[in-house]
Amino acid sequence: MAAEAAAPSGPRPIVSYLKIPEGADPYLEGQKCTACGAIFLGERPTCSSCGKSGSFEAIHLADRGELYVYSIVYRSFPGIDVPYVSAIVDLEGGGTVKGNLIGIDPDPAKIRMGMPVQVVYEIAPRKDQEGNEYLTYYFKPRG
Amino acid sequence: MGENVYVVGIDMIRFGRFPEKTVPKLGAEAALLALKDAGVSIQDVEALYCGNLMQASAMVGQRILHEIGQTGIPVTNSANACATGATALRGAWMSIKAGVYDLVLVVGVEQLGKAGLLGGGGGGGGIPKEGLLGSGLMPAVFAEAGMEHSRKYGTTFEQFAKVSVKNHQHSTKNPKSMYRKETPLDMVMGAEMIAYPNTKLMCSVNVDGAAAAVLASEKKARQLGMKRAVKISASILTSDPYTERDLVMPDVNTCTRQAAAKAYEMAGIGPDDLDLVELHDCFATAEILHYENLGLCADGEAGKLIDEGQTAHGGRIPVNVSGGLLSKGHPLGATGVANVYEVATHLRGEAGDRQVAGAKVGLTHVIGLGSACGVHILEKTA
Repeated sequence: MAAEAAAPSGPRPIVSYLKIPEGADPYLEGQKCTACGAIFLGERPTCSSCGKSGSFEAIHLADRGELYVYSIVYRSFPGIDVPYVSAIVDLEGGGTVKGNLIGIDPDPAKIRMGMPVQVVYEIAPRKDQEGNEYLTYYFKPRG
Repeated sequence: MGENVYVVGIDMIRFGRFPEKTVPKLGAEAALLALKDAGVSIQDVEALYCGNLMQASAMVGQRILHEIGQTGIPVTNSANACATGATALRGAWMSIKAGVYDLVLVVGVEQLGKAGLLGGGGGGGGIPKEGLLGSGLMPAVFAEAGMEHSRKYGTTFEQFAKVSVKNHQHSTKNPKSMYRKETPLDMVMGAEMIAYPNTKLMCSVNVDGAAAAVLASEKKARQLGMKRAVKISASILTSDPYTERDLVMPDVNTCTRQAAAKAYEMAGIGPDDLDLVELHDCFATAEILHYENLGLCADGEAGKLIDEGQTAHGGRIPVNVSGGLLSKGHPLGATGVANVYEVATHLRGEAGDRQVAGAKVGLTHVIGLGSACGVHILEKTA
């Protein structure tokens, strides 16, 4: 608890697998099973693919990937701006993440499955009840 | 493996919105209908398996017995997302298969009202993730699953929409459906977009509903009379096996394919032997995927199947002649019993205007996201 109280100021990660190292760029972290190579977001005791226990290696996931699939969300919970593009992105070198695709019209005629994207990090437009800021990630079209 | 299990009584209430009623009262209505259909009373029943999702911690099965008879029988309450009803049914089936009971009641019930959007909870601490880290809302999750099919095979928005046209058309002949209105293609495609490519008319309807079944061992079924008995020739439940993207993009395909393969093997039949299918059209996009997952056509041919009307009533393999979740409604815990009611009614030759002529074998399928897949194969006996 004392450690938490002494935590440095600055944005908190929106999810546990977004890492914010001091003096370096933020990145997404994968947990790679050393036995079968399956990549997970967040820690778990056993690989759910091959069953091997306690044999994970923390890896930097790539900041580049390609759009696998998407949906354009027009109806959401109250207070959430619509439309937004929910995207599933396969990262170079392995790992699949979900997030908002920004920097492109929310239009099926413009969004192409397979298009290259870049992971970008920005302060989230929401704070928690104590007023803390959070760092989130988005995908942007690349090239 | 064990002895044969039969549906000897089954019924459902018409799906709709009943804010003046309670979950146990809705369940009790269906239970009494099913008992009456079987020609038995609650005094004859040895166990109750009850499926309900939204009041999963509230002893719904026991509260149903408070309405229809506290006979002291064991009650098992189950919750398994949209596979809740099928999970309860399978529990009852297993108990008879194991030789523990001869006559078991199954009730699936849900009071959803106009629940609005489901899913998207996110979880964990911090700030809400919905709309920042994509969407966990059901219309978007199933839209993305559909877009995977589009990516692989070029399936179009129009083809997905045709599923909804078909199921709404089917429901016009089902007196137990929530909605009974035709929705032409331009109406479906022009409806409010919820999560592309699913418009409002391509999303299942949140409703209240209940369905119940009385299952019996072969011995008990013969005592009661086999004339209207329907054999459960396969009962399968799977969860989601590891697949590459499953943890960020729920994979509703693999668990369905595995359940279907096991079900066909258990029943000793193949998809070509089916006369009708009630599958989990929670969203129009999902129905397209399940044509292939259940083996109703080869991979990549689902778009053609809907274009050619092969899954419409009168087609090669009618799918969701009840109107499906898209029009009949989707009261989560009741759905996996109600689809068995639909197939059983056709096998009994009692489906009236919507009867699939000469139906002898049918399949039911549900998917609960997270995930659980339930498949049942039913066969006409007499």
